[in-house]
This record gives sequence, structure tokens and C-alpha cells, in this order.
Amino acid sequence: MELYIFDGSLEGLLTAVFECYQRKSKVVKLVTESLYVPDVFDSGFRVVSDREKGKRVWKGLCKKLGKEWQFRFYKAFLSEQPETFQHLLNFARYIIDQPPGATENFAHPDVLAVSQMAQKVHREKHRMEAFIRFQKTGDGIYYAHIEPDFDVLPLLPEHFQNRYADQRWIIYDLKRKYGLYYDLEKTEEIELDEAPQMSIVNALPADLLDPKEQLYSLLWQEYFKSTNIQARKNTRLHVRHVPRRYWKYLSEKQG
Amino acid sequence: MYERIREKLGILADAAKYDVSCSSSGSNRKNENKGIGDAEGTGICHTYTEDGRCVSLLKILLTNHCIFDCAFCVSRRSNDIKRAAFTVEEVVELTMNFYRRNYIEGLFLSSGIFKDADYTMERLVRIVKKLRQEERFNGYIHLKTIPGASDELLREAGMYADRMSINLEMPTETGLKLLAPEKSHAEVKKPLKYIQNNITQFENEKALIKSVPKFVPAGQSTQIVVGATPESDKEILHTANAFYQSFSLKRVYYSGYIPISNDARLPVIGSQPPLIRENRLYQADWLMRFYGFKVQEILNDVHPNLEADVDPKLSWALRNLDQFPVDINTADYYMILRVPGIGVASALKIVQARKFNRLYENHLRKLGIAFRKARHFIRYADSPMQLKEYEAGHIKGLILSESKSKYLSNPNNQLSLF
Ligand code: SF4
Repeated sequence: MELYIFDGSLEGLLTAVFECYQRKSKVVKLVTESLYVPDVFDSGFRVVSDREKGKRVWKGLCKKLGKEWQFRFYKAFLSEQPETFQHLLNFARYIIDQPPGATENFAHPDVLAVSQMAQKVHREKHRMEAFIRFQKTGDGIYYAHIEPDFDVLPLLPEHFQNRYADQRWIIYDLKRKYGLYYDLEKTEEIELDEAPQMSIVNALPADLLDPKEQLYSLLWQEYFKSTNIQARKNTRLHVRHVPRRYWKYLSEKQG
Repeated sequence: MYERIREKLGILADAAKYDVSCSSSGSNRKNENKGIGDAEGTGICHTYTEDGRCVSLLKILLTNHCIFDCAFCVSRRSNDIKRAAFTVEEVVELTMNFYRRNYIEGLFLSSGIFKDADYTMERLVRIVKKLRQEERFNGYIHLKTIPGASDELLREAGMYADRMSINLEMPTETGLKLLAPEKSHAEVKKPLKYIQNNITQFENEKALIKSVPKFVPAGQSTQIVVGATPESDKEILHTANAFYQSFSLKRVYYSGYIPISNDARLPVIGSQPPLIRENRLYQADWLMRFYGFKVQEILNDVHPNLEADVDPKLSWALRNLDQFPVDINTADYYMILRVPGIGVASALKIVQARKFNRLYENHLRKLGIAFRKARHFIRYADSPMQLKEYEAGHIKGLILSESKSKYLSNPNNQLSLF
């Protein structure tokens, strides 16, 4: 077995796949730099991220992967999970070695693992689309922040841009310390100097808010309450749909 | 401040909540005018009520004043409750402000009937027209069809709404007459048919001319109240099936009756709503729509009611053991779909994966089927030898003993399927 160390980037991961072929490696264990603990007996090979090599691998993969699987590959990568990086490396090698159509082999452990992780990331993206609550600021920007389990921000612009084409908005990832800003034309990545805390839902101080912001979040809270039918109360089902760790997003759960 | 709008929203959301539909899916409205919103694709639940129902739309009545006196309805004229009415502007503003904050996917607008049908329908149309034309709102709009409204108004409504619905309320005409003598199924069928004909006509024209506008792109739905009147599950599901077929409905909703009245014709206040029954009806409905079951296979004269302790798919399997075991490695896709414990997604994965390898127990477990349940009905590459054939009661006992809590103690109203 050979040990490969990479920088955690997508380019790095794809370069690692390239090196597997270049160096004719058989079984490869892939770790990220941040998790690598040097070991005197077992010196690893350092993958140097390389745009060209990465591109060649991606092109090769795209020949075998349909649009949907290309997207799955990317989503699984955004999970940031060490074991998923390993599965992605194995998956890429398996797909390149097999004739087209191998992605249907759900009995193969890496195919299954990549598709399941892509599904999880997809679910987190979908949850953000559902649970984000904008607050309107005094200067007319709609602001929301999140702390998603996975790095789903790159997956969000399309949805929010299509939907809120005529309003400026910011979605900020407090955990990863970057955000998206849509300025009515395009969406850009931004960093805020001083991001608010997640623990408080109505996190923006009142003096920054639009004068009617409080009214609408109050109306929403009350609306939420009046949709309940007491005779049907079923907390277990409720929590299955909205796991407790997401409650912090929901202004209607704060009242 | 704001007391008036808060009170109105309280009253008119409360009165609207007994309509269980909250779907925002199935439309194809895009944001093409750089306006606001889209209603494409599968719809989003922005939150869930404490009883686990999806909240995706702002669901309100325009007013709860009503000239009718349907015994099962909180807004009936003889009920002594607070009444309120929104203005057109108020509904538009609430919708826009909720939508812009990502609280909702759109609006579900219904109303009690004040003055007469056309007067009410005309107000509803004015709201949706304003949303679409002045606010350039492309989010989802579900609009109630008011029985008795004129064809012209219905046609205009259909130009702006994504979905329209009109409720059957009681599963049979007899049941309806008992509780709402002024109402009939015929007055539900008439607008359903009229709108359906228009949908077909617009679709045909659209096939030829691209610029033809949308007309109710997410189709029509209806709601049947369960447990207010004594119909059997068979009567309910056969009615639903007939409406699916005659009017190409997108959905039939089943709403367990919540006692809200001391009327002697109805279950008393405080009695439990039939939530398990409601859930079983949804499961049976899914079997008809996605699993290729015929309504007669699920419910018939010999078997007129769904069971509380097993889901309808398992129930069918136990009554038809001669069709099992199904060989996972060779059987037809539709037969695999009929195995208890295997859903649509895993059935698809099975038929794909078996092209590469014969499937063993460990594959099946990983593919996400409910193996402990399914194993009684399938053969796979390493199935254990079976010495004797089990009979239905025995299998049912085994399955129930392994999953007791799930089936008996938790009356779900939403779908945890099979
Ligand atoms: S017509 Fe509609 S709102 Fe009026 S009482 Fe009957 S069900 Fe209720």
C-alpha cells in the first residue's frame, strides 16, 4: 500500500488520481495534509496539485460519467469527509478502468459510497434552500447566515439567483467564514470582517434592520403557530423532519 | 400597532388549516421576467407543523364569512366564531413579504362564500392577477375553485394559478347530503371538468404555438374527509380512483376528520382523529399511483378496509403468498416493486446492480431495502434453504414482533412508506 498526501482541494484529488496511473501505484491510501501525521517508517508521497493533470483526469472521467454523475462526484467532494476523499479516488480509478456504464454497479463499495455521500450533501443543500430565513436590512439587502454540515455554499447560487432575481441578498457560512452576495447582476464570494453569531437567530442588531422586519418575522411566527392542529400533535415526526440542530435557523421556532 | 393584521392572520390562517394540501410541486413556472420567484420542480417544505405536516405555502382564507352551513366546517354560518376578511392588498403584501424572506413557496388561497359564488371568485382572481401582473410574482399559487362560479372567472383564474382544487369533502354523495344538504358532488364535478378541458386545450395549442400561456400547469386536486361519515375505506379509495381517472387529478388528499362541532351527526369533540387510517389511505393511494396496483387489488368486497397493524402493501402480500418468493436476481421490475420492504428507489438500484453481479444478502442490505421485512418474500444468491413454507399469519407475527413500536405506538399522518 502507498500513502498519498494531498492538500484537500478538488484539483489535488484529481491530481492524485493522475499520479496513481503515472506511478503505477496499486492500492493507495489518500490523506489530507491537515490530518497527516508523519511517521518514520512510512513516508508518504506528496501530491502537488496541478491544474493540467487535474483537468486531464476530469476529462477522462467525464467521458465515462453522465452529467448527473459528474455532479454527484462534485457534491460528494464538498462533504469534506476524509473517508469520502478515499472513496472518490477509488471510484475515479474504477470508472476509468471500466467500460462506460460502471456507475450502475451499486453493489461496488465505492460507487455506493460516492452516491450515498452525494445524496447526503444534496439533502443538506436542500435543507438550506428550505431553512434559510432572510432578514431585510435597512439598505434593502436580504441577509441570512448558516452553518451547514457540508460546504454546500457553491451549490446554492443557482437556486437563490433564479428565485430572488430582483432583490439583493447575502448568504453567509459562519463555519467556513465566507459567503455569497448577489447584486442583481451576479453572485460573488465575499468575506465579512465581523460576522454575527449563529446562536441568535435574529442575529442582526435592530438598528440595521428594515423598520418592517420585526412585523413580518412576528407575523410568520404567529402564522406558524396557527397552522398547528392540536389534536394531531406528533413531536417525533416533527423532529424527524426538522432535526433539532436546524432549529437555530428557524425564526418561527424562537417565539 | 399592527394588531389588526395580526388578528386577521390568526383567524384566517386558523380557518384554512383543515385543508391539508400544502404541495408546491408539479408546476413549471420560471422566473423569466427578472421578477421574483419561481415555481419549478419538486417544491420545498420550509418548515413543519408540530404534527409533522409540511409548511410550504401561506395558507389562508380571504374571509371566513360564509352563507353556507356545512356541518363539518368551522366557517359554517351557524358557528359562533370571530369573522374577518382580508383586503386584496393585504393578501398581496403578506405573500410578497413572506416570499422574499424565504418563508414560503407561495400562496394557497381559499375562502368562505360571501354574497355569492361569483362575487367571491372575482375577489380571489383579483388577488392572483395583481400578484402576477403588478408584483411579477412567479412563485406557486394554489387557488380554490368556488363551486358555482362562472366559467369566465374560472378561466381567468386558471391563467394565473399553478394549481386549482375543489373539495369533494365526503367520499359519497349520501355522506355529503347528510352533513351539507345544500351541497352535491355534481357541483364539484362540473368545474373540475371545465378546468380539465381547458388544461387539455391549452396543452394542445401549446404543442403547436409556443407562446400559448400556461393554464393551471400543476393540475387539479381534491380533498376527501375521512371518518366524519361511516363510509368504508373501499368506498373512499374507489371514489378517489374514479376521480383520478375521470379528471386526471394530480392528487387526492385524505384528511382525518378533526371534531370541531357538537352536531349529533358528527364524532364528538375530543374524540381522536383517525390518523392511522389516514396514513394507510395515503399508502394505498401511493400503491395505485406509483407501484402499479389496481384499486381492486387493494380493497374489494372481501377486504373492504385497510388494516391498522400492517401497511397495505404488506397486507396485499400476505393475502397473495402464492406470488412469492420473488427472485431478486431474475424477477421483473414490477414484481420486485411489490415486495414489502422494497421501495421504488431500491427496486431501480436492484435491477441496475444485478446486471453486474448476482446479488447477495449483503448487497441488498446496503442498497437500502428493509431487509428484515423483505426477506420473507424474496430469494437471492445466498438465500438460506427453506424447509417449510410459512403461512401468512406466521410471517405477519414475525414482522410485527420485530417492528412493534413503529406500527402501533406512533400514529403518523405523513408518509413513512412501507
Ligand atoms: S361552503 Fe365552504 S366555507 Fe362555507 S361552510 Fe361549506 S365548507 Fe365551509
